[in-house]
Amino acid sequence: MWNRVVSREVTVVNPHGLHARPADAFARRASQFESVINVVKQGQRVNGKSILDLLMLAAEEGTVLTIEAQGGDAEDAIEALVSLMEQVNAYDESGKSSPNP
Amino acid sequence: MNFSDFIEVGAIRADLKALDKETVIEELVEALVQSGGIQPQDKMSIVEAVMKREELGSTGIGRGVAVPHTKHANVNRLIGTVGISRVGVEFSSLDGEKVFIFFLLVSPPDRPTNHLRALESISRQLRDDTFCRFLKQAQTPEDIRQLLEEADNDRKSDKKS
Repeated sequence: MWNRVVSREVTVVNPHGLHARPADAFARRASQFESVINVVKQGQRVNGKSILDLLMLAAEEGTVLTIEAQGGDAEDAIEALVSLMEQVNAYDESGKSSPNP
Repeated sequence: MNFSDFIEVGAIRADLKALDKETVIEELVEALVQSGGIQPQDKMSIVEAVMKREELGSTGIGRGVAVPHTKHANVNRLIGTVGISRVGVEFSSLDGEKVFIFFLLVSPPDRPTNHLRALESISRQLRDDTFCRFLKQAQTPEDIRQLLEEADNDRKSDKKS
């Protein structure tokens, strides 16, 4: 049970891609879970708890990423991270699409 | 993307004087003015925009590194510079540590791809502890330029193999 990897695909919806702020938000959220969290882009697998790793993906708008979690709280982690990715515009500095400019 | 595609060699600084966030950003932007990368009249609006971005969350991404950045209508391509501080700068980093290595980026509006590629190059390289150590130890802008060139060359040979 513990070893089962839970994974889900998400599409980057932020028009600026997974830039510094959303990557920071993702890494922070991921770090709140004890599960091991990886993010995969076209076979490139990086640590979802590291902002440097996430920035290395250079994931543009429209990129499909797979989030993988493994550990006791894997299901909760996936839920939280997928919903974060879906509202990623909230972490955009461009102002236009941000509810808190 | 290579460092040589966006780093203005003439704006590289090996010995930043500033001790706080706003002053160091001004010092880096001034370096870009001196290299001719940006116009003197745009300097203050760029400094302000970079500071505004910092208010949304520090770009001090840990490991003694910060990537302050903004978009600006008066640049027509992504430009950036590198600066090293000997004593470190308080930057409200994500890990709470002082920042020694700065990559400042200014991009044209509505061209997010190059910005992402630049962040990719920087973050990929900064995961390499040796690179970070050498960068911190660099004595002159030329030392830094050479380190960046070596990193570019390594990346190219990685792609070929």
